[in-house]
Amino acid sequence: MRTKIEVRGLKKSFLSDKGPLPVVDDVSFTVGDGEFVAVVGPSGCGKSTLMNMMAGFVRPDSGAVVIDGVPRSKPDSKGILISQQGSVFPWLTVRENLMFGLAHGSSGLNGHGIKNRMEIADHYADIVGLKGFEESYPHELSGGMLKRTELARALAVKPEILYMDEPFSALDALMSLRMRNELLRILAQERHTTLLITHDVEEAIHLADRIVVLSPRPTRIQAVFAVPLAHPRKISSREAQELRVTILRELGVDREGPV
Amino acid sequence: MTRIKEALPAIALIAALIAVWWLTVSLTHSVIFPTPWEVVTGTWELLRNGTLWEHIGASLMRVGAGFGLAVCFAVPLGLWMGWVGGAYRTLNPLFQILRPISPIAWIPIAILWFGVGDASPIYLIFISSVFPMIVQTTVGVHTIEKRYLRAAENFGVSRRTLFKQVVIPAVLPQVLVGMRIGLGVAWLVVVAAEMIALHSGLGYMIMDSRNAGNRYDLVIAGMIIIGLIGLSLDTIMRLLEGVRWVRWRYAH
Repeated sequence: MRTKIEVRGLKKSFLSDKGPLPVVDDVSFTVGDGEFVAVVGPSGCGKSTLMNMMAGFVRPDSGAVVIDGVPRSKPDSKGILISQQGSVFPWLTVRENLMFGLAHGSSGLNGHGIKNRMEIADHYADIVGLKGFEESYPHELSGGMLKRTELARALAVKPEILYMDEPFSALDALMSLRMRNELLRILAQERHTTLLITHDVEEAIHLADRIVVLSPRPTRIQAVFAVPLAHPRKISSREAQELRVTILRELGVDREGPV
Repeated sequence: MTRIKEALPAIALIAALIAVWWLTVSLTHSVIFPTPWEVVTGTWELLRNGTLWEHIGASLMRVGAGFGLAVCFAVPLGLWMGWVGGAYRTLNPLFQILRPISPIAWIPIAILWFGVGDASPIYLIFISSVFPMIVQTTVGVHTIEKRYLRAAENFGVSRRTLFKQVVIPAVLPQVLVGMRIGLGVAWLVVVAAEMIALHSGLGYMIMDSRNAGNRYDLVIAGMIIIGLIGLSLDTIMRLLEGVRWVRWRYAH
């Protein structure tokens, strides 16, 4: 597999009252083209900071993020970040949100006329199951539909990389599971290199080709696991459960539930 | 039906206050303070000879001009100050000093600069409503949620597009709040402005009624009409909250 993303020795500290607070401490790994890598770690360990550096929103103190051999310095539409809080523009309809990314910038779709952009928008609304809601405003949609809108807006610009920072954690368990399956279905159609930050080990096993386990802050890579399971995966299968126990142990959880 | 029910306590309170007013005036046999009925007949008199409409028209025209100018000035300036840090740091201290100066304090200078025509009250209305609108618009830009700016940045839009397609729509509801405040202040000030030196308007009407024969029925009529028109103006501004471009902020 060709290397798509190379993370080289990323370090980041934030200033606090008690001096610099190291958050990310020397993280290096690579992501192959079309690979789905999940990053799990304890809460507050610096996962989001790592993701923000990879997507170009935060500058590392040292180290570099190299994409296709070129160091990344700022965000662009080749890699779209989907965050937990969501960022669907509330003043635009679903269709207008989907067309937003198409109208501008580095998507290479500048030449497309408005009719063409509308077709692309409606196509992706259809893909994520929002057909019939193209003219709805975000405040008229449920949490799950907002996530679909955000995902569709990202997919519409055909990004090479999807950065997903706990994208489904604000949804209820059932909707979260449904969105995972949707994501897998979409990625089977249109393969994107995908990075997923999550604290949910099951989610990581369900979705990823490889799982990077981070240590508590200042975070380092503690372990990397391949997930050699074919899709569609059964989380209840013996292999998946064994992997889950191993990863949880890596995260310092030896047993779960009431003792 | 429920709306009538909800409004009932407020209506009852106003009715009770009018009753107390009426009772007090008749019990004390005041020769100068009018009863509510005298206010009604006084208003009717003004309506019949047409002067009331003239005064209302004059006041509304001045507010329209002063407030309109203030909107044209404050909204672009507020957007600029919110978006460009240097503009904010340069202009904000000056405006914070000018803002607490009562429009009444401006009256001598307004007369000096603009004379006693319509320009003086228009200037006073402008100066009183422009600052709240600048402040609201600037704060609106400053409080746009970062996640929207980041998302737009992620799609590689230019700073110009970001401003036009994210900042302006995101801030419009706040601009509307500023306009509501601004219009409220403008209406508050028109009366004060007209009490000086003019020959028409509701403020003039109030002062003239007192000076020309202690017509307190007309003074009170003028006050009530000012209150009712102020309420109507605010209601119109509230209706604007339903407009497509800002509805997202209020709908839930």
